[in-house]
Amino acid sequence: MDPAHGDRVHAELTRVLREHAGRLTASLIRTLGDFSAAEDVMQDAVETALKRWPAEGIPDHPDAWLLTTARRRGIDLLRRRANYREKLARLQWPVPGEPDDRLKLIFTCCHPALPVPAQVALTLRTVCGLTTGQIAAAFLVPETTVAQRITRAKRKITDAGIPYRIPPDDELHERVNQVLAVVYLLFNEGYLTSGGDRPHARDLAGDAGFLAESLAWLMPRRPEVLGLAALIRLHRARTAARFDAAGGLVLLRDQDRARWDHGAIEDAVRLLERAAALRRPGPYQLQAAIVACHAEAPTWDDTDWTQILVLYDMLLGMTRTPVVRLHRAIALRYVRGPEAALDELATLAPDLDGHHLYHATRAELLRDLGRRREAHAADRRALALTDNPAQQALLADRLTWA
Amino acid sequence: MKYVLMFVETEEYAKELAAMSDGERQAAYEQVAEWFSRHAAQITHHAHLQPAHTATTLRMDGTEPLLTDGPFVEGKEVVSGYAELEAADLDEALAVARTWPACPVVEIRPLD
Repeated sequence: MDPAHGDRVHAELTRVLREHAGRLTASLIRTLGDFSAAEDVMQDAVETALKRWPAEGIPDHPDAWLLTTARRRGIDLLRRRANYREKLARLQWPVPGEPDDRLKLIFTCCHPALPVPAQVALTLRTVCGLTTGQIAAAFLVPETTVAQRITRAKRKITDAGIPYRIPPDDELHERVNQVLAVVYLLFNEGYLTSGGDRPHARDLAGDAGFLAESLAWLMPRRPEVLGLAALIRLHRARTAARFDAAGGLVLLRDQDRARWDHGAIEDAVRLLERAAALRRPGPYQLQAAIVACHAEAPTWDDTDWTQILVLYDMLLGMTRTPVVRLHRAIALRYVRGPEAALDELATLAPDLDGHHLYHATRAELLRDLGRRREAHAADRRALALTDNPAQQALLADRLTWA
Repeated sequence: MKYVLMFVETEEYAKELAAMSDGERQAAYEQVAEWFSRHAAQITHHAHLQPAHTATTLRMDGTEPLLTDGPFVEGKEVVSGYAELEAADLDEALAVARTWPACPVVEIRPLD
């Protein structure tokens, strides 16, 4: 099997499992009335598929195959629990007239009574069809750690009575935000490590994209949900241009814009317009609007920095975090010059001294002002503070030019 | 399901309470009484504990049973009372806990 073919099979496998795992888990939970047992049985079917499909090919009806396998293995696994066995034995495919229950699944996985790392792992496993091994590999943690997190979380769901349902209206807003935070965290985790040097590593940014798109489909009237989907789509539209042939990170300014996915950018902008029409702006919509400004500029020099600065000011009005202020300072550099941006940055030192981006930005501004020795020192600080290999390479490159 | 809400007092809260005038303290107590009556249908049992200095802890994990003065965790946060609650699920128990008007920490735990 040539490597390109291997990649295609792998990508197709990922797509099919993402498409079906969550839905099928949801329908198993309904049949069995037990989150944990349904999840176990489905995970087993996913692992079997990952073993057999690469050699045997993906079946014509992957969902039927998965459900049949889950049912057969489930009857085996749950043989001591007679009531589950009977329910499973009666389960037929396709389940008639079934609503999409994935939202309930997502809300249960992202329940705030679970620790955040468990929310992330459980969502990936249950909703996106990842195996525990794939999650461990993606986050570079031991498989036993992930397995333990998932076991504990599932036990808590059962024992503490975490409900499997869409939260009532008065809690919905807060709970949706929690779900969005998990998806966004997943995306950020995946985005920097995507591409480059780890072939066949699971593309977490892709899983985050899938989750965001599913949420936008399931909750089309919630503008922040649409905003996050647009934001992730816009970032991912630039993936092909973000790494050079050697796997090094290419900065936005230096990216070949012809390699951006302009169709995806247009789709994302349309999605963002749909969100804006609902007239409830929020941080994800604003961040997406900022990224859209970059994505729609034909060249770096055409970037509408004044508009970007306005959007950052609005964003600061909602979430006054040091990291947002840092990004605003970067925009300020292109509207009012490096001196003004550097002054702004100085006020952030106490909060962001341990943040590599703070020092990398400072280095760049100092270089713009011709203060090369200070720039060099700031680059060294930044390098010491990141453990992402692509970012390290970029910063190391800069140190050798200076 | 049955849950127990454990009410946890912090040092800061104890200070706030001590700094209140009699009238303010009375109002605070009335809020708590009002909370209990509002949730009376769900609350099956509740009790307030005597202050932490009255606690005695018996440890039996060493070679000899060890009796010590004070609560089992030496810390700034101590359980000051509890309420047993009947709720459909954790979210319902949390909704009740969220309206608790007194001490700032509540632990929610299901009963077997």
